[in-house]
Amino acid sequence: MAERKFSEEHEWVEIDGDTATVGITIHAQEQLGDIVFVDLPEVGAVFNKDDEAGVVESVKAASEVYAPIGGEILEVNDALTDNPALVNEDAEGDGWFFKMKIEDAGELDDLMTESEYNDFIEE
Amino acid sequence: MSDQELAVTPLNALHRELGGKMVPFAGYDMPVQYPAGILKEHLHTRSAAGLFDVSHMGQAWLISEDGSDPAIAFESLVPADVQSLEPGQQRYSQLLNESGGILDDLMVTRPITDFGSDRLYLVVNAACKDQDLPHIAKSLKGRIRVEPLADRALVALQGPKASDVASRLFGPALATMPFMNQSVIEFDGIDLWISRSGYTGEDGYEISVPNDKAEALARLLLGDPAVEPIGLGARDSLRLEAGLCLYGHDIDTSTSPIEAGLLWSIGKRRREEGGFPGADTIQKQITEGVSRKRVGILPDGRAPAREGTVILGAEDGSEIGHITSGGFGPTLGGPVAMGYVHIDYAKPGTAVFLSVRGKSLPATITKMPFVPPGFYRG
Repeated sequence: MAERKFSEEHEWVEIDGDTATVGITIHAQEQLGDIVFVDLPEVGAVFNKDDEAGVVESVKAASEVYAPIGGEILEVNDALTDNPALVNEDAEGDGWFFKMKIEDAGELDDLMTESEYNDFIEE
Repeated sequence: MSDQELAVTPLNALHRELGGKMVPFAGYDMPVQYPAGILKEHLHTRSAAGLFDVSHMGQAWLISEDGSDPAIAFESLVPADVQSLEPGQQRYSQLLNESGGILDDLMVTRPITDFGSDRLYLVVNAACKDQDLPHIAKSLKGRIRVEPLADRALVALQGPKASDVASRLFGPALATMPFMNQSVIEFDGIDLWISRSGYTGEDGYEISVPNDKAEALARLLLGDPAVEPIGLGARDSLRLEAGLCLYGHDIDTSTSPIEAGLLWSIGKRRREEGGFPGADTIQKQITEGVSRKRVGILPDGRAPAREGTVILGAEDGSEIGHITSGGFGPTLGGPVAMGYVHIDYAKPGTAVFLSVRGKSLPATITKMPFVPPGFYRG
C-alpha cells in the first residue's frame, strides 16, 4: 500500500513514485458537512506548497483546498464536478481531488503521519 | 464569545441529546444541524415535517396603557396596517427608523379576545430583541407598556405534514386554521399559543409554550414519525429558497421595505396615510420607484455565490449590486442567492455575472420564491 501523509489543512497525500494524490480527510468532510460544490484546479497548473489550489463548498460555507506540496497538476477527479457528495461518501478514496507531480520529495517530510494526524485532530 | 456567556433555550439539553452540533447564534447556544445534516434536514422539512427551536426569538406583549387600541400606537413604528387585524390575526411588518431603514422585521398578532383587547403579541429577531423592545418602550412611553415573555419558548413545526401532525395531537381545528392566524389550545394542562405561520415557505405552525413545558412538547412532536429536528443551517437554506429576508443580511437600516420588495406588507391605508417612521421617503419610493431592488439570483453553474459577492452587468462588467444571502438550495439541487441590484437589472430573466473568487460566473435574475410556497390557503 502506498504511503499516506496528512497536512494541518486536513488533506491527505498518497505518495506513489513521483505522483501524489490529494484529497481532504474524513475528519475534514465531517466538519464541513454536506458538500455541494468542488472547484478543482486546471490540469497543467503549477502550484507552490500551500498555494490555494481549489475550493470545496458545503451547504453552509466555502473552504479553500491548498496544495500540500509544490508541483504540477497531472489529473483532477472530474467525478466530483457532477457528484460533489462523493467527498462525503468516500473522502479518503473515490473522493480524491487531484494528482500532482512531486517536485521536491523533501516537502513531504513536513507532512504528518497518520498517527500524528490523529493526534493533531484530537487536540 | 465564550460558551459561558451564551444563553440557552429550554431545549438546550434536548438538542445535545439529539446530537445537535451547537454553535453560537445571536448570543445563544443553538444547533446548526443534527446528525442527519443540513441537506437531509432541509429535504425532510420540504417533504414531511421539521421541528425548529426558535425560542431565542423575542416574544413580548405590547399592552395599552391609556385604554386606546394598542395597534394605533404601534402603527407609529411600523408600516403595516395593524389596526385592521381581527382578534387572532397575525401580520408581518418591520420596525423602521426615521429614514425608512429597517431596524428589524417582526410578526405582530392581535391575540384572541381571551387575552383582552388591550394588547398585541409580538415576535422579533433574537439578535435585535435587546434593541427592539427598549426602542418600542421608549418611543411609545405612556401609551404602550412592553412586557417581554421571557417565560415562554417558541418552536416551529414546518412542512407539508405539519398539519396532519398538529391536528392529530392538538385537535382537528388546526387543520383548517387559516394562514397567519393564531389560536390558543389547552393541551394536557399546557396553554399553547399556536399560529399558522413560519419562515420556511411551507405550511406549518409556530407554537409558543411555557419554558417548563417546552421539552415535553418538543418530545411529543418528535415522537411522530413524520417529524425530525431541524437546525439553523436548514432553517437558513429553507428561508432562502422561499425568498424570505434574513435580518442583518437581506434587510437592515440601509435598506427600505420598498427596496427589499416588501411593499406587500404595507397596507393600502398606510401607503396613503403614512404616519410611520420614514414615511416621506417610503411614500416617495412607492410613487417614484427605487434605484435598486432585492432580487432572486440563480447562478447558471454549480458554484454557490455567497453573501458579499459582487454582481456585474452582462454588457460592460460594471458593478451593479451585491449578494446578501447565497448558498446551496437543496430542493433546487443547485446554488441560489438573493441580493440587491440596480433597478435597470432587476427584471426577471436579466443575465448578469457574479464575481466569485476572481472568476465571472453567469447568473440570471429570477422571480422569488425559488420553490412554490406550501402555505395553507383553505
